[in-house]
Amino acid sequence: MNIVVCMKQVPDSETRVKIGADGKSLDLSSVNFVINPHDEFAIEEAIRLKEKHGGEVTVLTLGPDRAENDIRKALAMGADKAVLLRTEGDFQGDVAIALAEQIKTMGSDLVLFGKQAIDEDSSQTAQLVAEYLDLPCVTVVVKLDADPAAKRLTAEREIEGGTEVVELPLPAVIGTQKGLNEPRLPNLKGIMAAKKKPLEKKEPVNQASKVETVGLELPPPRAAGKMVSQGLDGVPELVRLLHEEAKVI
Amino acid sequence: MSVLAFAEQRNNTFRKSAFEAVSQAKILADQLGKTISAVVVGSNVENMAAELGKYGASKVYVVQDPTLSNYSTEGYTQAVCEAVAKAEASIVVLPATAMGKDLGPRVAGRLKAGIASDVTGLTVEGGRLQITRPMMAGKVFQKMIIKTEKQVISLRPNVFRATEASGAAKVEVLSVSLNPIRAVVKETRVESSKKVELTEADTIVSGGRGLKAPENWDLLTKLAEALGGAQGASRAVVDAGWRPHEEQVGQTGKTVSPQLYIAVGISGAIQHLAGMSSSKTIVAINNDPEAPIFKISDYGLVGDALEVLPELTKQILKLKGQ
Ligand SMILES: Cc1cc2nc3c(=O)[nH]c(=O)nc-3n(C[C@H](O)[C@H](O)[C@H](O)COP(=O)(O)OP(=O)(O)OC[C@H]3O[C@@H](n4cnc5c(N)ncnc54)[C@H](O)[C@@H]3O)c2cc1C
Ligand SMILES: Nc1ncnc2c1ncn2[C@@H]1O[C@H](COP(=O)(O)O)[C@@H](O)[C@H]1O
Repeated sequence: MNIVVCMKQVPDSETRVKIGADGKSLDLSSVNFVINPHDEFAIEEAIRLKEKHGGEVTVLTLGPDRAENDIRKALAMGADKAVLLRTEGDFQGDVAIALAEQIKTMGSDLVLFGKQAIDEDSSQTAQLVAEYLDLPCVTVVVKLDADPAAKRLTAEREIEGGTEVVELPLPAVIGTQKGLNEPRLPNLKGIMAAKKKPLEKKEPVNQASKVETVGLELPPPRAAGKMVSQGLDGVPELVRLLHEEAKVI
Repeated sequence: MSVLAFAEQRNNTFRKSAFEAVSQAKILADQLGKTISAVVVGSNVENMAAELGKYGASKVYVVQDPTLSNYSTEGYTQAVCEAVAKAEASIVVLPATAMGKDLGPRVAGRLKAGIASDVTGLTVEGGRLQITRPMMAGKVFQKMIIKTEKQVISLRPNVFRATEASGAAKVEVLSVSLNPIRAVVKETRVESSKKVELTEADTIVSGGRGLKAPENWDLLTKLAEALGGAQGASRAVVDAGWRPHEEQVGQTGKTVSPQLYIAVGISGAIQHLAGMSSSKTIVAINNDPEAPIFKISDYGLVGDALEVLPELTKQILKLKGQ
């Protein structure tokens, strides 16, 4: 199976947010970047499928040059090669279109995504790419079985209070969720090998974005809360406040 | 021109977030001088459609077919897009539920529309939608606009109120010849039909490692039951196997916005806050006065969870006269 994994480089989840001088982008000057944590499940799953059924895993990232660092980590985990759709600063174009246009040229059987990128928290790119490529798609997948000979997949997706079991033909798009697997840590051999694996850099198709950020705002600080008395003594006070002041019980 | 709400149902029951979507679509339609309609998709859903009139829908389109009894991205996308065409809708409002999050972008892609996902604020200025949505796990809010003529927005559950008005909806069944569906839902496994769904609960009681051992979880369950609420958990206790993943709140779990969130024995790591910081009233119970959770709590109690929980449950039951 030829598998493409869409991976984004994002600020790590401990990042303290600073808004840039323009008021509508993030100040990324002192940010530590990582592989989008949800995408690690996609990378791991792709490698496992390759190990089981053969084929090749290609990492696809749209982002600036600094993303190369994390692309190499995915290669060190076991992906075979990578494509970086290189952008300068904030990409003003349509990300899903740029990814879809690239994937069209790659002849893949399966395209894997994470559930969401933890910087923008949109959870929409996999579905959009699937639509642009006219492929079936299952998102939030916690279990995946592939039958490459029959060209079919069985996927379990998480829904409120349960799961849906979905059957679909290849080629397909899958969005992965925590629980699908335990992503491996790259070993030394993998890290050495990754340095020599092919990384193609090219310009993304740049179609104007359909949305525009007009500003970023920090959440209003929560007023310092009330501390009630410690231990059991605090219980009657807490119950009274929730009932009379907050009116939530 | 109109605003169209997707009214999610499963097993012929509307979700609470379906009513939220219809109510909010009605507010937008009034502000934009457009009409409001809704669409219901499923099998044998014609009879339930009129209920949406109570939430402001003047017209409800129904797309029903036995093959739509289970959700499918492709079938539901086609159904919604048929309703969009029929209603001449320029704005589509969905709930950001498991179904809405899967469906919304696919609909947007087909309509060549821009999409805003998991929206928490909406206003109309100069005839244009001004959208607010959390990014970076709620650490920053994005103010955005959609530039395409057609616009799709999904609403974070429990943030917008479902308001009942008086009104009757005209129901119109659309006859749609469905394209073959490639990704077919073969089975829906519901693990917890009786419990209140976490993302829609008004009250959530969540526990963390401070509960010390899985045997103590019963204390938390009793409090949740006394409050008629749902139970949540931190990742630490999910990873430890004390609780199922579906109860996890946070960046890699669920995002919740209840009226009341009680965090018991949870330290308040940023990844946990990511899932619950938009809750209206937050209560923390923790034996460490320095625990970060107190910084974002409205009410804090420093104490031993194992001692405090039974007493709190008892007093709440007493308050409720039980
Ligand atoms: C990429 C990533 C994603 C993550 N996603 C999530 C997520 O979705 N959700 C999530 O929750 N976490 C997530 N985490 C983990 C998160 O960083 C924390 O490790 C986790 O939330 C801690 O859980 P906890 O508060 O239960 O445990 P601890 O941090 O161990 O806190 C236990 C708390 O209990 C208190 N306590 C101890 N004894 C008692 C007692 N007797 N009575 C009362 N209080 C007591 C302690 O003072 C302490 O504050 C993620 C981490 C990463 C790196
Ligand atoms: N710039 C990007 N480059 C590669 N993959 C991306 C990019 N942005 C998003 N993705 C993929 O799409 C998924 C969902 O992202 P989002 O819709 O932005 O939440 C991510 O988990 C990635 O797999």
